[in-house]
Amino acid sequence: MNSAHAPVASTTPPVNYLNATHGIKSWLLTKDHKRIALLYLVSITLFFGLGGLFAGLVRLELLTPQSDLLQPETYNKAFTLHGVVMVFFFLVPSIPAVLGNWLLPVMIGAKDLAFPRINLLSWYLYIIGGIMTLAAIVSGGVDTGWTFYPPYSTSSPTHVVLAGLGVFVAGFSSILTGLNFIVSVHRMRAPGLAWFRLPLFVWSHYATSLIMILGTPVVAITILLLAAERVFGLGIFDPARGGDPVLFQHLFWFYSHPAVYIMILPAMGVMSELVAAFSRKNVFGYSFVAFSSMGIAVLGFVVWGHHLFVSSQSAYMGLIFSILSMLVAIPSAVKVFNWTATLYKGSISWDAPMMYAIGFIGLFTIGGLTGVFLAVMGIDVHVHDTYFVVAHFHYIMVGGAIFGYLGGLHYWWPKITGKLYNEYWARASAFIIFVGFNLTFFPQFIVGYLGMPRRYAMYPPEFQVLNVMSTAGATVLAVGYTLPLIYFLYSLVKGAPAPANPWGAKGLEWTIPSPPPTENFLVTPVVTEPAYNYNPGREVEVAGR
Amino acid sequence: MGSTLPLFPEAASTQAGNVDLLYFFVVAVSAFFSVLIAALVISFAVKFRRRQPDEVGAPITGSLALELLWTIIPLMITMVLFVWGAWVFLDMARPPRGSMEIYVVGKQWMWKVQHPDGQREINELHVPAGRNIRLTIGSEDVIHSYYIPAFRQKIDAVPGKLTTMWFNATKPGEYHLFCAEYCGTKHSGMIGKIVVMEPDDFENWLSGGGGMSTSASGEKLFADLACNTCHLENSGGRGPVLGGVPGSLVQLADGSSVIADDNYLRESIMNPQAKIVAGYQPLMPTFQGLVTEEGLLQLISYIKSLPPASSQTSNGAGH
Amino acid sequence: MHAEHSTHGHDHAHNPNLQHHFMDMPHQQEASTLGMWIFLVTEVMFFGGMFLAYIVYRTWYYQGFAEASHHIDLFWGGFNTVVLICSSLTMALAVRAAQLSNRRGQIINLILTIVLGAVFLGVKGIEYAAKFRDNVVPGRNFEWHGTDAVGAQIFYSLYFMLTGLHAIHMIIGIGLMLVILWMAWRGRFDASYYGPVEISGLYWHFVDIVWIFLFPLLYLIGRHAPLTF
Repeated sequence: MNSAHAPVASTTPPVNYLNATHGIKSWLLTKDHKRIALLYLVSITLFFGLGGLFAGLVRLELLTPQSDLLQPETYNKAFTLHGVVMVFFFLVPSIPAVLGNWLLPVMIGAKDLAFPRINLLSWYLYIIGGIMTLAAIVSGGVDTGWTFYPPYSTSSPTHVVLAGLGVFVAGFSSILTGLNFIVSVHRMRAPGLAWFRLPLFVWSHYATSLIMILGTPVVAITILLLAAERVFGLGIFDPARGGDPVLFQHLFWFYSHPAVYIMILPAMGVMSELVAAFSRKNVFGYSFVAFSSMGIAVLGFVVWGHHLFVSSQSAYMGLIFSILSMLVAIPSAVKVFNWTATLYKGSISWDAPMMYAIGFIGLFTIGGLTGVFLAVMGIDVHVHDTYFVVAHFHYIMVGGAIFGYLGGLHYWWPKITGKLYNEYWARASAFIIFVGFNLTFFPQFIVGYLGMPRRYAMYPPEFQVLNVMSTAGATVLAVGYTLPLIYFLYSLVKGAPAPANPWGAKGLEWTIPSPPPTENFLVTPVVTEPAYNYNPGREVEVAGR
Repeated sequence: MGSTLPLFPEAASTQAGNVDLLYFFVVAVSAFFSVLIAALVISFAVKFRRRQPDEVGAPITGSLALELLWTIIPLMITMVLFVWGAWVFLDMARPPRGSMEIYVVGKQWMWKVQHPDGQREINELHVPAGRNIRLTIGSEDVIHSYYIPAFRQKIDAVPGKLTTMWFNATKPGEYHLFCAEYCGTKHSGMIGKIVVMEPDDFENWLSGGGGMSTSASGEKLFADLACNTCHLENSGGRGPVLGGVPGSLVQLADGSSVIADDNYLRESIMNPQAKIVAGYQPLMPTFQGLVTEEGLLQLISYIKSLPPASSQTSNGAGH
Repeated sequence: MHAEHSTHGHDHAHNPNLQHHFMDMPHQQEASTLGMWIFLVTEVMFFGGMFLAYIVYRTWYYQGFAEASHHIDLFWGGFNTVVLICSSLTMALAVRAAQLSNRRGQIINLILTIVLGAVFLGVKGIEYAAKFRDNVVPGRNFEWHGTDAVGAQIFYSLYFMLTGLHAIHMIIGIGLMLVILWMAWRGRFDASYYGPVEISGLYWHFVDIVWIFLFPLLYLIGRHAPLTF
């Protein structure tokens, strides 16, 4: 097996998927899942930048207690668009559409996904949805909050329908990706690749795909119903005509809660890969981690009402959602313990991907535990719709999902591009991002419990110090995010060529060249060993099964 | 409200302490597990750092005992949290009998309050310390939320229905009031203060203003809108007698029955055809658009003030 | 560690319709069919959100729903139900014809399916026109002469959303069938390759089944008993 950082002279394979065909049409009409993943990588990065700009506007406004930087309408649009862009055009697609698309076929030993043309269609739907939403932004924006609650969203004078339909179209992108992954995992696995030999990355993407296909259509119809309210004057959510605005909340959260598991499960899949590779050890409790992914997917569908504890939902319904929300926390906890146990007696290397993985474990633990705070009904009454919630979900979505995304990007970058990035800058950036992130969001727990509501442009003066801390952190975070952009781009031009297995890791992707040929495998692999087989024939249980 | 860096909110209601105790417990549990995980991760990552380039980790696959341990213990802890949290919540959700009723209506972008004796307020709420106060809250337009951090209480104001919250303020003083559900342009300006007074001071304050009591306003509306032409004091009218109805069980024409809570009363005025009382014809017109949310609360207050009818109601259902 | 295995199928004269990431035609067929079934699951969830809204509002406004349902023309609804069921029959026959390499059978049955689908849409046009005439379209012009105007208006909101979305699916289905018809005309399908006909058929049957649910939910509320008001 190849050693990490060993001075083996590598050369980039002369013909690989990046240069096999040339010209813009060969990219825009490609059926190669790897090229489609790169199309997504570019577009997702652009949307991340846009979402980040909106976040910057919000944090700048919040430097002072007065609403003095932006017009109130503009501020309301800034936080709305930050949410819409980040949730629907960055977080939901990011890992599945970039890393999932690229790696899933390789990890199952296939030449491509089951439906390559549908994969390309997914990207085009994402772009079309993105353009529609951009059109809404450019022509004046939306100010309803990313949650689009009526009656305000029915009457708001902003471009709700256009933005909503943009999200609707992007949702179909998500559905088709999920569909493709499910059929691929069921039907395209290489000979010998039984379910329990699959990498945990595949398990988590399978679970994510189940959520994508079952949940996304519900938000799609919800958006359509809202659009029909506005365009045709139907009264389904209009209280003056017998409609119930809280029905929208139920329909919306029926998707949007599972959506957060769409956002975190792929990152958890990356986590399993990183922890195994950088400990050179099997993931502790493999089947428990695999089943936890499935458990999260299933339980994630029955907890949506914890967003409605104070919305006039009955107390008894609330009780049911509270107890189920406690249950959904358990499989996530199981995973965290298993990853921690994987480190025990591992051979651990602190490369940049591992820094992100270790950061993930800490930050996701905090984010997940603060979710438990919110599931406790007596506490939720006080902190609902405050910055406590904002901090909670940013710990999961940034500290969790984005750390997973960045860790995965760094880990697989040599495979995807055939280039090595600068490890020193990568580790420095990981550290800067970690510090900036905590400085941004930890004060928000405090100011949230103090009572500062969400979506506020102005606030009582005694909240200012914490807000200034948060904005300072956001500045550090922004710097941290810019660095990978620079050194990744630099590596494409000046990076050293990557060997097939720079990390000395196990997995089918490391058996093919960096970058690989278009068809991935010249001969179909036949799999005879379990995943993460660092100790062939010697694996033992620690304390009995 | 003057310090530059408060880190914890004031506790100014009987419930606040319960919420804070629960909160501190969850903080302690979370801190314990966070520190535990962080310590294990860091110590493993240092102790087991790679020493040779070709080194691999130990051949360990797992442990059923550990899996059970770290599944069952978190499960037990979360169940405790659920029960405790539910207990605190249910206490917060059920106003005690005999609470002083105050009516609140939210509209973009202000809070309008009516005290029972007629005193009105905008963006402020004066209450006496040491008494159970029950707020009945409506909205005129979009969803708002009435949030008093110092009391750890919050409930959404949802158009088309009425919601309630209750509290018992312990310390005289002024406390923040925030709208906590995004409602448009001036959402962050839809704020105010809760003014808690010693009971004597509160009585003085009450006697200072007022005008017609809420239920008297409701009585006037009842006549202005001609409700009294169908809802007579005794049976025989085209509509049911209303005295004694609030809180009672009402038999409906389709055979089902329903408790006449505030939302039933509100719906009966705004969409009377939704539930027809047994033995009556669906004659009542809707008052949607003809009465404001405040007017509705005044009418409800008036109906609640009516003595139970002395003669039998026509549906014969005694209680 | 990994034994080698040739990626090229052993039948070198493989079907020109075989896409190369699949091993053979049965593999491609299975994957495509599974894909369509999963897509139909997403469609169930899509309509499901509206069915949930329907259930909630019917529970709250049964009176208005029943009144409004009595007002809808049962004849056209029933007629359309028969039309769609027949179109599913002709669709199934088209798939069968493809399986048997019967080009003429495919063409006739596909044309019949399309015609029946068009008839369905035409009838819906008639029904919609009647609703506009009777001022039961939700919005400013909504008039209701029964008891529960609120419930009736909500009913019609759901009626238009449900049947409108269904009609859009029918239009897409007819478009799909036109493409399949053209391909069948060109002789593309036979016993070795009829996957597209089969999965289009699955879609068509699904759209039919949605109507089988919509018909009783919209047209048959409370029809077993006369209204009490």
